[in-house]
Amino acid sequence: MRKSTVFFLCLGIQAILLLAAWSHSAYERTHNTGGLTETAEMVRTLELTDLCLFTEARYTRNLSQADRHSPFQDHPLSFEHFPSGSLVGPPAAVRGR
Amino acid sequence: MRTWIEKQRNIIDFTLSSLARRKGKNVALLLVYSLLVFLLASVMFFTHALRKEASLVLQGAPEMVVQRMAAGRHELIPHRYLDAIRSIRGVSGVHGRLWGYYFDGVTSANYTLVVPEEAAPAPGHIAIGQGISRSRLATTGDMISFRRYDGTPDALIVQDVLSARSELVSSDLILISEQDFRKLFGMQDGLSTDIVLNVRNAKEVPTVAAKVQKLLPDTRPIMRSEILRTYDTIFDWRSGIIVVILSAAVLAFVIFAWDKASGLSAEERKEIGILKAIGWETSDVLLMKFWEGTVISLSSFLAGVLLAYVHVFFTPVVLFEPVLKGWSTLYPEFRLIPFIDPYQVATLFFLTVVPYTVATIVPSWRAATIDPDSVMRS
Repeated sequence: MRKSTVFFLCLGIQAILLLAAWSHSAYERTHNTGGLTETAEMVRTLELTDLCLFTEARYTRNLSQADRHSPFQDHPLSFEHFPSGSLVGPPAAVRGR
Repeated sequence: MRTWIEKQRNIIDFTLSSLARRKGKNVALLLVYSLLVFLLASVMFFTHALRKEASLVLQGAPEMVVQRMAAGRHELIPHRYLDAIRSIRGVSGVHGRLWGYYFDGVTSANYTLVVPEEAAPAPGHIAIGQGISRSRLATTGDMISFRRYDGTPDALIVQDVLSARSELVSSDLILISEQDFRKLFGMQDGLSTDIVLNVRNAKEVPTVAAKVQKLLPDTRPIMRSEILRTYDTIFDWRSGIIVVILSAAVLAFVIFAWDKASGLSAEERKEIGILKAIGWETSDVLLMKFWEGTVISLSSFLAGVLLAYVHVFFTPVVLFEPVLKGWSTLYPEFRLIPFIDPYQVATLFFLTVVPYTVATIVPSWRAATIDPDSVMRS
């Protein structure tokens, strides 16, 4: 078999897989939203405000409800030391956007 | 057309044979390039899906939360504030919200205790999130012990475990009755954690927020739009770890491109010289180099993007899990819905495939335009 045939075959397989990933994404978005609906309903009934992503500190658990100076809450010169502090940017209002 | 296709195929055959002659170097290049795309695409897919999911899920968050501040910190809010807020025109459905944090010394985890406004558990009972169920090995009917504010022990029966599908918001939740909540934290009647309110006309929310702040200067209103915006800044490119990943990736790519653009190896120059000497046109040499760049960059791009898709949407995001977990002992196990932004994928394509291909062609063009004899001699 010619080398170019092998190359195009590999490229074709990759393209088909990419198309399959795209179709999977479209399918999940339209058919598998049960969990999303359930979560949204829970947020509404329990009046939740945040995602449960970082439970390491109370001010990282509820990011939107934390004090504006919470990274420095232990004492005035205490820099943020929790790893999740490096994943979240400052609020838009603080950045002046 | 057929002749043109055949010519391209012949050049590709030759290019692939040429790449195979430097197998070690090119395989390493392919792997590193794929890894680079994989890393960037993983960050892109993960952050976009998480932001999208947050924006959809948190649409049901309270329209406005009013916190009382004392010495710059969140304080419990007295119920007389409810009447003051109720008097503002346009406000509807004002009530106090009871929630708080409990540090469990047994698992060294922080739990979020919430008193539901509707259908709260009966006194003496709680509903727990999946994360707590896993860490405390507790399920329906089991008892979980707590230590009250004054040190006296309390035991509450698990009446329900919250659904696994909602773990992204409920993993560390404990739903508790108002009576048990107040007993646990020693919170007096007439105090709430904060106040939740609705506004009849959504356009008036900022005006109502301003009125709340004017009427009650020691409060801080948090609007739903602000809650939603909070998650826009998550994994923002300026946040620490993302800057590290991006700068490492960009640096690696610059080294690639620099290596290519700064010139060809003596062997490659000699190859071009021989090809020119046996009758190849400059355009043919450039075409060969174009295919060389395309073979490497397109294969790496497709492989990197596919691997990133599988990594983010089919596995528990192993690459980010340790970073996301941080020092948490309780972490939700969630699977994101694959929301993909085609614009981001296109950007990644143009930022990786195009510069590499161009960087391959430029030095070859310089070598191909020089006299073959001098190229071979140099």
